[in-house]
Amino acid sequence: MLSKRIIPCLDVRDGKLTKGIRFRNNIDIGDPVEAAREYYEQGADEIVFYDITASSDRRDIMIDVVRRVAETIFIPFSVGGGIRTVDDMREVIMAGAEKISINTEAVLRPPLISEGAKAFGSQCIVLGMDVKKVPVHGKTPSGYEVVTHGGRTYTGIDALRWAKEAEDLGAGEICLNSIDADGTQGGYEIELTHLISTNVHIPVISSGGAGKPEHLLDVLTRGKADAALIASIVHYRTYTIYEIKSYLKRHGVTTRMIW
Amino acid sequence: MIGIIDYRAGNVTSVVRALNHLGESCRISDDPMILAQSSHIIFPGVGAAGEAMANLRRTHLDKWIIEWALAEKPILGICLGTQIIFDYSEENDVQCLGLIPGVVKRFSANLTHGGSDLKIPHMGWNYVEFRKTHPVFRGLPEGSEFYFVHSYYPIPAQSDLIIGITDYGTSFCAALAYKNVVAVQFHPEKSGRPGLTILSNFCRWGGQDAE
Repeated sequence: MLSKRIIPCLDVRDGKLTKGIRFRNNIDIGDPVEAAREYYEQGADEIVFYDITASSDRRDIMIDVVRRVAETIFIPFSVGGGIRTVDDMREVIMAGAEKISINTEAVLRPPLISEGAKAFGSQCIVLGMDVKKVPVHGKTPSGYEVVTHGGRTYTGIDALRWAKEAEDLGAGEICLNSIDADGTQGGYEIELTHLISTNVHIPVISSGGAGKPEHLLDVLTRGKADAALIASIVHYRTYTIYEIKSYLKRHGVTTRMIW
Repeated sequence: MIGIIDYRAGNVTSVVRALNHLGESCRISDDPMILAQSSHIIFPGVGAAGEAMANLRRTHLDKWIIEWALAEKPILGICLGTQIIFDYSEENDVQCLGLIPGVVKRFSANLTHGGSDLKIPHMGWNYVEFRKTHPVFRGLPEGSEFYFVHSYYPIPAQSDLIIGITDYGTSFCAALAYKNVVAVQFHPEKSGRPGLTILSNFCRWGGQDAE
């Protein structure tokens, strides 16, 4: 059967990791290519890069990172951040990324999803969604609202409605980030993940809140996520990917154990 | 020199990168004259069968691939490239190359596993159970998984061509071999070390299926 995917997420600014990552030899790595290599060797099933470079005229730095990553690791990886047009997507895909992740750009202009899916296939287009829990009311009947700018801007869009609309527009996958859980290391937003994952027909990657292997078990079973995004839990060497996968295996979740 | 067939079917540069990593020289081309200088041919592809077949016909690569295969030179199909070597694909209702007897079908919409509906496309890592030995699949660690992205799967008319089987709510042919033809539904170029092993084996393979 299809394995559940464990996906480390790396934030990149001006071609460097925004926070150093500590590895088994206790050395801080600031180079995204080296970090990608480490996680590839540790058994990551996929890697997500978010380019948070502020200035768009420095895009070529990220393209160079993508090209070097593609020459180094032989698993799929996606790239998000600042991708506004099909031409932006093409540049990243030709540099070697398997998938493109679009978030705020898609909220501002939903047809970007269908344009990307038409040009490269749905399997290339990941919709990133930042979501916050809100009171259930007219505009947000699911009790979850899509937010942008790290949670500072409310869009008035219901999260479930947006997920379904993105699927209809041709998104091949959803990366669902709970702003409430993000950075807490207190566990994923299970209720939100379950809501979205059981109401769309495309895979859902749950993001935000991973602090220990139990959290991944919970979101991959009760939350019905197809994949789990991880950051601090591995960046700070609290656990290795292998330790997380071994824990999941002991608890009956199928993950890729040979690489 | 490994020839990679370019028929405008998605991004094939990841295959090139994997071969470069393995130290194999390769060339992407849609020109039969250039491809004919190869020792081995890789037929990759991501996309839809209808447009892919139209592009192959336009460049006359459809006939050339058959000639290459009948000359008993090694050829490796990957994903869409694998599907197109069959007679027919349900995707876009299109006649394909007919190199291997069989058809390509879409995963049924009501596949389930453990009480949950399975999503389509089948995307991610899955186990391939190898039922026969073959030089191209030699040296893979037991339990190896491979990266898949597809909504359609091949059904060879002769089940004895099936080398590897994968389960996604239904068992399907993930790898097959016939004489000098080897074809996989997964992406070896995105499947980590086990995938690289397959590509490396293929580049050293003479085209005979006997061990």
